Amino acid sequence: MDDRGDDKNSSTPRQLQAGVTLANRYAIQEVIGIGGMGSVYRARDMHFPSVTKLVAVKEMINSAPDPLVRQTIVQNFEREANLLATLSHASIPRINDYFTIDSRSYLVLDFIHGKDMEAIINETNGFLPEDQVLGWAIELCDVLDYLHKHKPDPIIFRDMKPSNVMINQKGDVILVDFGIAKTFQTGVKGTMIGTEGYSPPEQYRGEATPSADIYAMGATIHHALTRRDPRIEPPFSFAERPLRRINQAVSSELEAVVNTALEYNPDDRFRTAADMKQALMGVAKKTGALVRMKVPTSPMTQPGAIKPLWSFKCEDEIRGTPAIFQGVLYVGSYDNNLYALSAPDGKFQWKYPSDGGIVSKPALFEGNIYFGSEDKRLHVVSARSGKVVWTYFTEAPIRSSPRIAEGHVFIGSDDAHIHAVNLTTGRLSWKFETADAVRSTPYVFNDLVYAGCESGDYYAVDFRGALKWRFHAKRAITSSTVGTDNTLFFTSVDSTLYALDPNSGWVLWRFRLGKASISTPCIVDDLVIVGAADGFIYAVDAKNSKEVWRYRTEHQVNGSPVVYKDSVYCGSVDGNMYSLEYRTGRLRWKFGAQAAITGSPLVYDDIVYFGSTDHRVYALLA
Amino acid sequence: MSKFFGWLFGKKQPPATQDHDVANTAPLTEEQIQAIVSNQNPRFDVQQLIASCGQSAGKQRDLNEDSVLALTTTMAGNSGNLPFGLYIVADGMGGHQFGEVASNAAIRSVAGFILKKFHPYLFQVKTDTMDESFQEVMLEAVREAQRTIQREAPGSGTTLTAALVLGQQVTIAHVGDSRAYFVFPDGRIEPITRDHSLVKRLEELGHITSEEAVNYPHRNVLYRALGQGELLDPDIFTVAFPQPGFLMICSDGLWGVVAEQDIVRSIVEAPNLQRACQNLVTAANTAGGPDNISVVLAQLVG
Repeated sequence: MDDRGDDKNSSTPRQLQAGVTLANRYAIQEVIGIGGMGSVYRARDMHFPSVTKLVAVKEMINSAPDPLVRQTIVQNFEREANLLATLSHASIPRINDYFTIDSRSYLVLDFIHGKDMEAIINETNGFLPEDQVLGWAIELCDVLDYLHKHKPDPIIFRDMKPSNVMINQKGDVILVDFGIAKTFQTGVKGTMIGTEGYSPPEQYRGEATPSADIYAMGATIHHALTRRDPRIEPPFSFAERPLRRINQAVSSELEAVVNTALEYNPDDRFRTAADMKQALMGVAKKTGALVRMKVPTSPMTQPGAIKPLWSFKCEDEIRGTPAIFQGVLYVGSYDNNLYALSAPDGKFQWKYPSDGGIVSKPALFEGNIYFGSEDKRLHVVSARSGKVVWTYFTEAPIRSSPRIAEGHVFIGSDDAHIHAVNLTTGRLSWKFETADAVRSTPYVFNDLVYAGCESGDYYAVDFRGALKWRFHAKRAITSSTVGTDNTLFFTSVDSTLYALDPNSGWVLWRFRLGKASISTPCIVDDLVIVGAADGFIYAVDAKNSKEVWRYRTEHQVNGSPVVYKDSVYCGSVDGNMYSLEYRTGRLRWKFGAQAAITGSPLVYDDIVYFGSTDHRVYALLA
Repeated sequence: MSKFFGWLFGKKQPPATQDHDVANTAPLTEEQIQAIVSNQNPRFDVQQLIASCGQSAGKQRDLNEDSVLALTTTMAGNSGNLPFGLYIVADGMGGHQFGEVASNAAIRSVAGFILKKFHPYLFQVKTDTMDESFQEVMLEAVREAQRTIQREAPGSGTTLTAALVLGQQVTIAHVGDSRAYFVFPDGRIEPITRDHSLVKRLEELGHITSEEAVNYPHRNVLYRALGQGELLDPDIFTVAFPQPGFLMICSDGLWGVVAEQDIVRSIVEAPNLQRACQNLVTAANTAGGPDNISVVLAQLVG
């Protein structure tokens, strides 16, 4: 089968080329846009040979097979061109000419030097200033008012949206696309009029009134101030995204005007565009010039308002994650010791010395604690007494954490193997060779052991140590795997959150993070929550891979989030432990340790336990 | 020996005096390993995917503007034989024969794109999996279909509900008001897609009740369809194939005409999938057949 295929036509197969002269008058220079039914060109009007008069030429290719349909399209086009010629307003482009050649119709308009609002929104980092958007909105209401007052019949624009608003070099607003290039509507079932997202409910029923333009105006302002494109949200859902919740810099007066414009019932909106313009001018007077209140994003008023229940100081950094069992907290430190602390008060119970740093999260089983150390060994220590039961040697430091299942402890090592050690005997059952160091915690599910390694290879191995399937990411997989009944989730240093089929290793979906990640995701309801080196904590829908929310911290998020009741807890290299509502990503509180937090917290019985590179273990109320 | 089994399965606590520092140890024998392995419920067994479809122009339309595709096969690979299925229903809109051009173009485009992507894996021996994810392939396929329709039938549109099945994973791409359902042998029926119809949206927002929705004027108006509008992102999601159960994809000529309980009965009481599809089409025609009827039914057995 020819892979290049026969469907690879370019989307505009018969575009005019630069240098061609159209209708013996317009010298085509460049394509400046591509619309649904043809291209838009910049051209030079050669009837003015001694100056450079630039025009925009909108082309409409009429490829309807039915001749009656084709004729109707041309008539519609000519009627609208004539209408445009009678309009006179600073925000409406002047039409210079129109004509039809064979199956193509052309509209020649003044060329506008500038950019459309959608491009400006996308190219601006952060939110646009309210004053700027307010100024645009006032001019737009003015031109809408002019159109609505047209005699004999009001002209309803019907397609107000940022991409149809040009901002020229003087900062003036120009409306473009008066529906001349709209696709022919057949008027039967499923007809769609206007642009999804900006159009009000009644417009879908074919009832377009001036009120529809007012709704679309509100939608446009909303998009401009929140950077949230209404076309990719469910329709009529603006109430779920209040302006000030997304952009705290917006004044409540402007929010009130936008909400009125976006009322579901047309009778509840502004009656005329002139009324809306008045309201907007009122906002401009009230907010005045530049008074901006910096609203803090955190509901917490002072730093350090949260006091830990207790904290315990070790002799070196704590980079890993604690475990808890029968009221005792076990945590490893870079001072080579595994500490056992009393969970309610942090009192020291015992410590067990290994010969290397411990970043491993301990696992508990039948009264024993299992953990790996950079001294190359898996240590098994009695939970009660802290005395060693047995140890197992690998050939290189262990930074992975153990997983206990099916009578074995599975652990990775920097010696590039997954080790399966028999719990009873302490002897190796099998080890599986990987391409590089295994620092992630093996995950066991349905007869298979899954683990990723530092080369980006990921393996599914059965209980005899035989490979079932393998997957390859472009960079290291240091994150451990979590899973549901039918999906595996993990991240990679290639900046991706992966969702894989556990049976075959096929990728169901991938989500692009801002930067590398070594954080292990956590799953709650249908949400996958994970951190990345870009400082964000992301929440992604497990079924459709869409981002639900993201929360920004001040530095990398290397540890893994943990969910407890309604909250998700996650530490950051910025030194803070964050507690967010897991459904919305809203901050509940944050607590600052003295230095980076790289491990994951443990939450048990309403208490959050975690370690920091400031050498301390903390316990806070959840 | 029995002490080991008890200890391993954690059913009995070892006697209090047993000190873990001195354990009686021996490596597990092959039989012991076998016993552990066979004691689990095997989840990754080889399964078989079967499917059938039914179509009719209905009683009141001359033309069938629906298009349907049902393709079922097996992918041989390292991890065993995986069932592979592609099931699509597209309901064309607009008169002037544009509707059937649009729905047909949608099917050709989407199926062609997906099969080209999977061709090396289906018909050659590949040891690794595809770089792109299922959801990415589906999204690209739908975008390609959008371009095709705008080229071949400008001004028309179609719904599209497509399901890609590989093993137990079902990935759905959906635009419009055709529907995908999960049907269970115990009588439950659950739509897994949401209609992109104006009426459904108003219902979701609570502006009208579901009773009002049934007779709402213009209840066929869609706010999203393939071929229309410039920015198009279908709903795409991946879920597990219901087991036991059925995947059903159908146009509104079926779901809008036959009550859900009757749909379930027609499926669950039929001796096989072909019969079930015929029964569904007959049920819709008996109820008046006001629109084109299309249905695809799939099941994972084994």
